[in-house]
Amino acid sequence: MGLLDQKFENGNVVITSLDNLLNWARLSSLWGMQFGLACCAIEMMATGASHYDFDRFGVFFRGTPRQSDVMIVAGTVTLKMAERIKTLFDQMSEPRYVISMGSCSNCGGPYWEHGYHVLKGVDRIIPVDVYVPGCPPRPEALMEGLMKLQEKIRGESLALKKRA
Amino acid sequence: MIPKEICDAVKAKFAETVLDVKTEGVLDPFIRVAPGQIRDVCLFLRDDDSLLFDSLMCLSGVDYQGGKLGVVLHLHSTKWNHKIALKADVQADNPVCQSVESVWKTANWHEREAYDLFGVRFDGHPDLRRILLPDDWEGFPLRKDYTLPEYYHGMKVPY
Repeated sequence: MGLLDQKFENGNVVITSLDNLLNWARLSSLWGMQFGLACCAIEMMATGASHYDFDRFGVFFRGTPRQSDVMIVAGTVTLKMAERIKTLFDQMSEPRYVISMGSCSNCGGPYWEHGYHVLKGVDRIIPVDVYVPGCPPRPEALMEGLMKLQEKIRGESLALKKRA
Repeated sequence: MIPKEICDAVKAKFAETVLDVKTEGVLDPFIRVAPGQIRDVCLFLRDDDSLLFDSLMCLSGVDYQGGKLGVVLHLHSTKWNHKIALKADVQADNPVCQSVESVWKTANWHEREAYDLFGVRFDGHPDLRRILLPDDWEGFPLRKDYTLPEYYHGMKVPY
């Protein structure tokens, strides 16, 4: 852990700022909201399985929004589902983050023109932190997206207001 | 039985109900029947010992445009391993077709789907309501003259 490097040498005292400590804790245990919407969910499951091993980032999928920090919207958001997603997002406690995974939840994907039932981008109902392009994105891409989110969290500060 | 024999058997039994038969030059040989009498034809197809169509593989809706909708049934006999398609045309301004739910239970959800997306009403269906779209959805999206709603529950629909 870069944050703790060279910090143990003088009398077992760790010195860091509260911001660093909080950010480090948050970005190292991003618990995911466990739900999938379409084929992207298969890739998300593959990312969670042993081969790509999401656990090493501290990502554990939880069955309830109240224990989750990050919502990975993996798949096509239909209008019927959109209202449920909004409810689930509202039930997550802050700080909460959203990764939009795949073209469908980014912008409607292949349904952008004739998809009468598809919400053209999940960012129309909830704020998105990271967009992962792909149809569906490979596990590496999702991990890259998660790392981008970690980077974003690393730059947060208690003194600065979070995005609106 | 080959499709021609199946068609002949149905025609012999239901001379007035069968409107049209086509076995040559099509991928799926079909019998076109009147939408108001389709249940009797289906019962015959299911129960006759030489036909035994015990499986409704698919029930679909079609928009032929020009004010005409259709229902297409694909049947298969697991005993004799033969197939046939049944077609019934209905008018778009009053699309009513007899339900075959009492013949094959499979038809229950298929007919609900055809109702959901094409608005074909199935006479005699025990529970005809939308199956995929939200209950308060307006219109039937797979009809060719369907236009996208501007908003649904405050969410913008077009790209």
